[in-house]
Amino acid sequence: MSLLPWTIYLSFAGALVVLVAGTRSAAAARWLALATTAGGWGVTLLAGLSFRSAPGLQTLVDVRWIPELGVRYHLAADGISLTLVVLTGLAATAGVLFSWNVAERAGEFLALYLALVGGVYGVFLSADALLFLVFYELAIVPKYFLIARWGSTRREYGAMKLVLYSFAGSALVLTGILWAQAAGGGHGFALADLARGGFTPAQQRAMFALVFLGFAVLAGLFPFHTWAPTGHVAAPTPASMLLAGVVMKLGAYGCLRVALPLFPAGFAFWQPVIAWLAVAGVVVAGLAALVQEDFKFVIGYSSVSHMGFVLLGLAAANARAVSGAVLQMFSHGVIAGLLFAVVGRMVYDRTHTRRLADLRARPLHRWLPFAAVTFVVAGLASMGMPGFSGFPAELTILIGVWPVSRTWAVAAVAGVLIAAAFTLRAIQLAFFGQTGAMGANPPDDGGDRALRPLPPITWPERVGALLLLAATVLVGLKPDLLLNWIVPSLQSPLLQTALRGGAP
Amino acid sequence: MTGSYAELARALLPEAGLMAGALLILGIDLVWLRTRSSTLRLRVAAGIAAMAVMAAMVAVWLGAGAGPVAGGALVLDSLAVAARLGVLGLTLFTLGVATGAPAPRHPAEYVAIMLFATAGFTLMGAAHQLLIAFLALELASLSLYVLAGFDKTCPESAEAALKYFLVGGMSSAFLLFGFSLIYGATGSIELPEIAAVLGRQASSPLLEVALVMILVSFGFKVAAVPFHLWAPDAYAGAPTPSAALIASGSKLAGFVLFARLLWPALGRAVGVAAAPRGGRDWLLAVVLMAGASLLLGNVAALVQRNLRRLLAYSAIAHAGALLLGVLALGGSGPAPLFYYAATYGLAALGVFGVIAGVERVGGCARIEDLAGLHRRSPLLAACLLIFVLSLAGIPPLAGFFGKLSVFMAALQLDGLAGPVGWLAVLAILLSVVALYYYLIVLKQALVAAPAPRTPRIAVPLPAALALAGAAALLVLLGVFPSLVLARF
Amino acid sequence: MNTPSALTLLVFVPWIGAGLAAVLPARHSRVVSLGLSLSTLVLGLSLLAVCPGPAPAAGLTLEEKIAWLPALRISYHLGVDGLSLLLVLLTGVIGPMSLLASWSLERGGRLLRALLLLAQGSALGVFVAQDFFLWFLFWELSLVPVYFLIKLWGGPGAERAAYQFVIYTVGGSAFLLLGFAAIYAAAGTMDFAELRLLANGTLTDKLGPAGATLVFLGVFLGFAVKVPLYPFHTWLPPAYAEAPTGVAMFLSAVMAKMGVYGFLRVLWPLFPDQLQAASGVLLWLALAGAVGGALAAVAQTDLKRMLAYASLTHVSYCLLALFAVTGFAGLRGERALAAGVAALDGAMLQMFNHGLAAAALFFLAGVLEARAGGRRTLADFGGVRAASPVLAGLCGVALFSSLGLPGLNGFVSEFLIFRGVFGLAPGTAAAGCLALLVTAVFLLTFYQRVFHGPPTPATAAFRDLSGREVATVAVAVVLMFVVGVYPQPLVGLVNGLASLWAAPLGLPFVPVS
Repeated sequence: MSLLPWTIYLSFAGALVVLVAGTRSAAAARWLALATTAGGWGVTLLAGLSFRSAPGLQTLVDVRWIPELGVRYHLAADGISLTLVVLTGLAATAGVLFSWNVAERAGEFLALYLALVGGVYGVFLSADALLFLVFYELAIVPKYFLIARWGSTRREYGAMKLVLYSFAGSALVLTGILWAQAAGGGHGFALADLARGGFTPAQQRAMFALVFLGFAVLAGLFPFHTWAPTGHVAAPTPASMLLAGVVMKLGAYGCLRVALPLFPAGFAFWQPVIAWLAVAGVVVAGLAALVQEDFKFVIGYSSVSHMGFVLLGLAAANARAVSGAVLQMFSHGVIAGLLFAVVGRMVYDRTHTRRLADLRARPLHRWLPFAAVTFVVAGLASMGMPGFSGFPAELTILIGVWPVSRTWAVAAVAGVLIAAAFTLRAIQLAFFGQTGAMGANPPDDGGDRALRPLPPITWPERVGALLLLAATVLVGLKPDLLLNWIVPSLQSPLLQTALRGGAP
Repeated sequence: MTGSYAELARALLPEAGLMAGALLILGIDLVWLRTRSSTLRLRVAAGIAAMAVMAAMVAVWLGAGAGPVAGGALVLDSLAVAARLGVLGLTLFTLGVATGAPAPRHPAEYVAIMLFATAGFTLMGAAHQLLIAFLALELASLSLYVLAGFDKTCPESAEAALKYFLVGGMSSAFLLFGFSLIYGATGSIELPEIAAVLGRQASSPLLEVALVMILVSFGFKVAAVPFHLWAPDAYAGAPTPSAALIASGSKLAGFVLFARLLWPALGRAVGVAAAPRGGRDWLLAVVLMAGASLLLGNVAALVQRNLRRLLAYSAIAHAGALLLGVLALGGSGPAPLFYYAATYGLAALGVFGVIAGVERVGGCARIEDLAGLHRRSPLLAACLLIFVLSLAGIPPLAGFFGKLSVFMAALQLDGLAGPVGWLAVLAILLSVVALYYYLIVLKQALVAAPAPRTPRIAVPLPAALALAGAAALLVLLGVFPSLVLARF
Repeated sequence: MNTPSALTLLVFVPWIGAGLAAVLPARHSRVVSLGLSLSTLVLGLSLLAVCPGPAPAAGLTLEEKIAWLPALRISYHLGVDGLSLLLVLLTGVIGPMSLLASWSLERGGRLLRALLLLAQGSALGVFVAQDFFLWFLFWELSLVPVYFLIKLWGGPGAERAAYQFVIYTVGGSAFLLLGFAAIYAAAGTMDFAELRLLANGTLTDKLGPAGATLVFLGVFLGFAVKVPLYPFHTWLPPAYAEAPTGVAMFLSAVMAKMGVYGFLRVLWPLFPDQLQAASGVLLWLALAGAVGGALAAVAQTDLKRMLAYASLTHVSYCLLALFAVTGFAGLRGERALAAGVAALDGAMLQMFNHGLAAAALFFLAGVLEARAGGRRTLADFGGVRAASPVLAGLCGVALFSSLGLPGLNGFVSEFLIFRGVFGLAPGTAAAGCLALLVTAVFLLTFYQRVFHGPPTPATAAFRDLSGREVATVAVAVVLMFVVGVYPQPLVGLVNGLASLWAAPLGLPFVPVS
């Protein structure tokens, strides 16, 4: 456990090393980046193996940093953080594998990527509210450059929109936290200290609104989600995998770790609004995904829809629903990585088109069978098919939401159905566009230059895809591997107060 | 006036050193270097100036903690020491930037006048008496007017200098008028005595007029709305090292001086302080100025295509935030204000330094002129990244913690019950707007491809050292803000 | 029995077969896949031999239970009783038939066989799983191979048919899932056996009356779409018609029974009161399905669509029987009990019988289509009997079994159903006879138009059935005769369950509190 802070240091050090190495050779940069991310992931897995559950955060590092401002360098972890750092390690390693083909300025790309990963690790491990924000904002700048330099569709616009929304969210959070610290008597920024603040109900309502909204923007809460499809589509594949897979979870984690425990009365007040917005996000984003013409946009909107599930789980405010939300964070992180990897790296890099109408004309299931199978499995997982990680997550959320409000549960289930529809449509159009292709009269595809078979799937892509697939199947069949970490963490006094304050 | 001349001389050693350095530069240049190239003359001058500045820094360091000196004419408390060291440091970096810029026609005079301006700044940091304050301010301002207009080949430079001079002259007149009114009302020109007298008597119309005058002058000096109109032209027209000095040292010294004028009894005795002079009247005026500066500065910067004008408007916005620091001084002491002003100055002069480097091979007026900087000079691009991000307030750079400490101080006054707290919230929200235009600049420098046929940029070693050093200092102060904050 | 053994093998051997079929070269993969598919029948028969005949009153005769997710009280729980075993045997017969039907496919044969085996394993899992988490896994996973089977090897409208099929079923399943999420939230378990113990009113109390109704509706929806019950049936005709032969056989014979099984295994035991209250309406819906399906079949000219609607009719008989029993509100006593037992026996036997008949009929329709070069409307055929007497004979047997001719198996099950429903809801039964009549009409029309009458030039050139084709339907046809004459073993398998379930009809009426 105590090794966990090394994930942060390793990532930043790795970023510098990769930057330097990249000036000599792109291959050296890639291997160093892979070593860094795999090392970080290994550390998280080691921590996971030796983890002993206890309610509340277990401190890793706690030293004075800026006493004049009351900020300490305080890192801590519990089961929830552990789940998310394991996800980060996995997503980062897979992301590096899927960036093996980045040729232009690979060293800088990977350095920015590793800096982003380091920032994300820092957020998940922070136990001081201001340190949390420092890591959070630190991660914003690499995002901009990753998208603006190496992205695709409308990359400058997408990058700016994504970054400004993220920064606006963090500005709201900063306002809320500074206000809380000032109103609470000017003690430090440690989460435990702020939670003792003794705010009036009116103050709690306002502070909660600020902080929750700030984090929820990054989590893709409807109607502040419009940055997500644009930004994720514009981003290069490895960045999309990390952004949709992990960085969106920063927002949800912030809600869970900071907003809920610090302002439980505020949470109880805003709970119905949040739940309705979450449900709206699930349904509206799902419907939007159903009509997209660009393959990557389908995945982009599906990410917003799945995050709506997470936010619904948080809003339901009981231990079961919240544990389902955390499980869904992990599950969706893996699945989004798979989906973006297939769409961006396996398909787009080869066919140079993402329009479903164009892909339909190509028998991709024959030219890229590995990609087809991977996408089918990822799509099934995304639909919530049992046997994959999405199912226990969504089931747990439904179990938690039903006692709170049947309407929300029914609406959420409608979302599941919509997800099945748009996923199936995407599978159908992109990979299996030619009906009855195996039947008696297969369409003729020889001779047309544009339809020539494509380069095969390379080994880094295969390894990356298999890692992610294995993770989703493992968690799907044995979700208690993660639930054994998550559920005891929800027994911590801070979270219990929040959940009680919100329980009907 | 009690106190010995020896004490005064010891206190003024830094200024003396700077003057000596300036004279030395002029002398050496006159005697030996008239026939040499401008670049050599500039480098020699800058080298001598740097040594003078460093000697002055040592002198400041040795004279620290002396408290009121020369019968209260000067004070060498922690704020004064910090301000003087800060100003001297900023000047040192500016000298480095100057060596990287195209050499002016009279390099020795240029550098000498810079040293004069610096002497004015250091004196502003320590002034504790109305006349000394005015004197220091004038010394600095006159030097800056000349520096702004130094490039006679460029009409914008002359225009900038003229506008700066006219506006600055008017502001000096206001200030002097205000000072005389205060003298009339209180019978003293020493700040502590003035504070004591005002604590005993109620506010009077005379005093209110004086306060308005001082605030107007303050506004002009730091380019706060609605006294900001000179700033865009001055930043756009002045030669780059002059603009750097205006943006950095002048700001720091100006804020420190006016903070002392508005909040008497600073230094270690903060917290004991009485209400500011004239009651809380000036609070609202400053709040309005700050709010207007924040809004106008950020919004106007959005539409700028000229890089220097963008920096000018961003400076106006930062002035608004620094005014917050002034407002919060009563509760939290000068540390936030100083930290923010110093690191802002460093970052601003760094950006001008990068502009200077780019100007060596061509114009750098529009933002697009920075295009492809990452290919033309990786060093300049990397430094620009750090400077701009610090201006934007991104952790872990010093700019973030500067803003943070100021906002925290503001919120600790009254939470959100008073106008100061709301101002802090406004500033936080406007920083999102600011990030937009800062990213536009960075996008050109780091993402866009260079225009065809633009040459690579070779940065001379002193300038490179200065820029890299400034960037490193910003990172260091960002990761360990206590290095500065603990000094108060 | 707590060690994973026979039942686990039963379910997973077809999946292992799927993996092997996908990777082995074509000639081996065909034989291996057939062999592993047959393993189901072998295992099923051995289970039949090993277990005592009539099921004891307390449920399953053979069980395996291992802790899987202890923190969530979810276990890996498999078990068989008479009904499950009956359906396992049916699957064991139909699975190899489907594989044999697809024997000669050139393009993508390995993938097809792998997908069919996956479907077989999933269906077996549905029939055998006893904990909702596991059961739902198999239920949903069965959709995946079937979707691809229809989409990739189907006819021109296959894409839309497959999409519609999946979306409808997933839609229903989504509400089924919600229902069970609510049940778990209230009761803390998903095990069918444990939940059955709670069904005496405790479950309704825990869910609250409104909640219980909503949950009932959700679970009901999931099964209603699958069977299908009118009006959720619109996905069925396109799916069955567009699917390739082997897949259509599997769909109509096995997958449709999953829905009825769900009603019997899950919905009825857990929500007897709500089902009783709703049975009035549901009975009419089942009737509409039976009669409507028959009438629609008459109007069809496409052979496979006609068989699809026929399938709808015959499965609706099962539901007719079930709802008649659950909704019975008349005088309880010996006569009602006998009628109820007969109805349930008939319904369960009908599942088996219809499976055989449907599979055989779809296969032979596929043969006809292949012989005619892809055309399959009634007008394309005529006088096939002259050219292919064996085909005509076997098809005739299957048609008459479906019709319910005495001496064949269809008669036994239909007789039992109608005898039971007459005793419980005579009006409905009378109306249901209309369906029998109309079924006879279109089946005989089928036989007459296709096999008799003047031959067209194309049909005169029809080859008769090959050895392999005969082998495909042989077992089914033989069973049609055997079960028609000697139904006791099969009926005995399920009679105990029927008696158990119909028992409340024999008791004095107890008002529902």
